Amino acid sequence: MALVPNMPQVWRQETKPHKFCPGCGHGLVLKTLGECIDELGIQDRVIFGCDIGCSLLSYDFFNVDTVQTHHGRTTPVLTGIKRARPDRICIAYMGDGGGYAIGSQHLVNAASRNEKITVLLANNCNYGMTGGQMAPTTLPGMKTETSPYGRDVEQTGNPTQGPEMVAAITPENAYVARGTIANLRQLKRMIKKALETQINGVGFSFVEALSACPTNWRTNAKDTWHFVEKEMTQYFKVGEKKVPPEKEEQ
Amino acid sequence: MTDKPVKGVKRFFVTGNEVVAWAALAAEADIMYGYPITPQNEIMHYWTRLAPKYGRKFLQTEDEISAGFTTCGGVLSGARAFTATAGPGNTLMQEAMSMAEMMSIPTVVAVMQRGGPSTATVIYSQQEVTMTCFGGNGEGLRIVYSTGSHQELYDYTIKAFNTAWKYRIPTFILGDGYQAKMREPVIMYDPAEKGINMVPTEKILGAPGMPGVDRDPQHLQNTYNTEEELYEVVNQLVERYWKAAPEIVEHEEFQCQDAETIIVAHGVVTRAAQAAVDELRAQGKKVGHFRPITLRPFPKEAMKKAIQNAKEIIVVESAQGQLDKIVKSEIYEAKVPITGYFRPGMGITAEEIVEFINQRG
Ligand SMILES: Cc1ncc(C[n+]2csc(CCOP(=O)(O)OP(=O)(O)O)c2C)c(N)n1
Ligand code: SF4
Repeated sequence: MALVPNMPQVWRQETKPHKFCPGCGHGLVLKTLGECIDELGIQDRVIFGCDIGCSLLSYDFFNVDTVQTHHGRTTPVLTGIKRARPDRICIAYMGDGGGYAIGSQHLVNAASRNEKITVLLANNCNYGMTGGQMAPTTLPGMKTETSPYGRDVEQTGNPTQGPEMVAAITPENAYVARGTIANLRQLKRMIKKALETQINGVGFSFVEALSACPTNWRTNAKDTWHFVEKEMTQYFKVGEKKVPPEKEEQ
Repeated sequence: MTDKPVKGVKRFFVTGNEVVAWAALAAEADIMYGYPITPQNEIMHYWTRLAPKYGRKFLQTEDEISAGFTTCGGVLSGARAFTATAGPGNTLMQEAMSMAEMMSIPTVVAVMQRGGPSTATVIYSQQEVTMTCFGGNGEGLRIVYSTGSHQELYDYTIKAFNTAWKYRIPTFILGDGYQAKMREPVIMYDPAEKGINMVPTEKILGAPGMPGVDRDPQHLQNTYNTEEELYEVVNQLVERYWKAAPEIVEHEEFQCQDAETIIVAHGVVTRAAQAAVDELRAQGKKVGHFRPITLRPFPKEAMKKAIQNAKEIIVVESAQGQLDKIVKSEIYEAKVPITGYFRPGMGITAEEIVEFINQRG
């Protein structure tokens, strides 16, 4: 069988093409994660957990042991696994609703306890799976199904600054960053560092990836990229928020 | 290997919470996840003192939602994992238990019932029967052992791990605040000493080998796209559950053979019921007592046999009819009238039961 070029080896061929909408950011984030798993040679040690949200569609994405959990509960499931089997590389994958709304207590406390897991969160400014409702990350003025006249920050607050919050509550040996699907090389470096932080057993690692949901944004390709690159970045600053000290010195 | 926590067979005088912690150690439990709530706190207190000495682990989670889901994670990774809770904590834990039900995750949960609804009292009740048996958006595919003494707390905590892992069904030890806090004698033993072998666990996730090369990857699902897909999965779960049920059900009977009145009670209330039977028999009344030990699955056939000659059934419980509802649905064909003596959140004495039955003439 001829392999499609540059497909990570850890991708499960039998389940491709993947189940996300065309132009969805989830596929890009997962592809990047796949490349990191390949390069770090950890496929046989990874346990991948996906949330309920469009991330649930990744339950058969990789040739790694995977568990679909409940909406918001991926962090505790993977924490439970890691605590019982510290030799596993535990990756919790979720959307912004899962991480910052219904599962925020788990994210905050896993970060505070410095759990040796990696949380990877795709921020698409809305609840994708349920049809485009307002999320904690919805931009001010942005129209969604539950903010049809635009998000009113007086009533509903400002977009959650996830990595900034996690960086503020983790000890200094954690790794925290915000990447974007608009810069996959950078995103890959971030995810790799996050996984290395776990592999080295030094601390919690968290990467938010600015992602895209063209279906609910009702955007064409051009507008989708404009939104990711120009609109989202007004509120969500891409970059590393916290890097374990040893790494900085190198 | 570290020393066995319980060697041989020994007698102790301790609280029920301490018994559960020791039993979990003796059962080779690897890890406990938990969140403080009275009256189960001392299970964690004893576990956290003892566990490190025997190479076992503990994680205090941010809430019971997390305690339930971390327990699911621990079990999936192949650990003999458990948690303990009560009341509103049990409410929060039901979300994870519905995942355990759906994905056949053999979790073990010790519940020490407290007063309800809501925060209510930290003391005692039997008001968590419905929730423990049927909680979550599920079909009640769980195993619930209702214990009545410290000895049973010890025996059934050990048994719960084995039942859970043998059948891959979430399993509960349903105690209460009285059992949790009271001291009484108990005989602790190394299970092996009694010929009890611990059912081996399995690395459901993270088994050896390269997934996709040496073996298929595990892709555990709990969402389904079509009605048909889900229907098939649930049918399999239901079928497996009812196939196992006859091997799981347990009960006790006290002088039911010729009894005209049969008291049905579970958990710690069985003690009052047993004493009431003795007293009423001494008064010349034909009274017996049927006690389900497994509330789920319910020992339906045994109960039907036990009430064959009965003229009435009195359900006695520290709740407003939770056991009563189960009894009525399980033996609905029986033409025996059922009366309830319900004391939600209150202890029940033998004298009360005797008086209640005597007043009925
Ligand atoms: C307890 C619970 N509440 C609500 C839902 C419904 N639900 C499913 S997915 C979802 C939101 C998903 O949004 P997000 O986490 O941002 O992920 P995305 O789909 O955008 O990738 C919600 C609310 C659920 N499955 N469980
Ligand atoms: S709804 Fe949005 S997030 Fe979900 S798959 Fe489609 S594009 Fe992706």
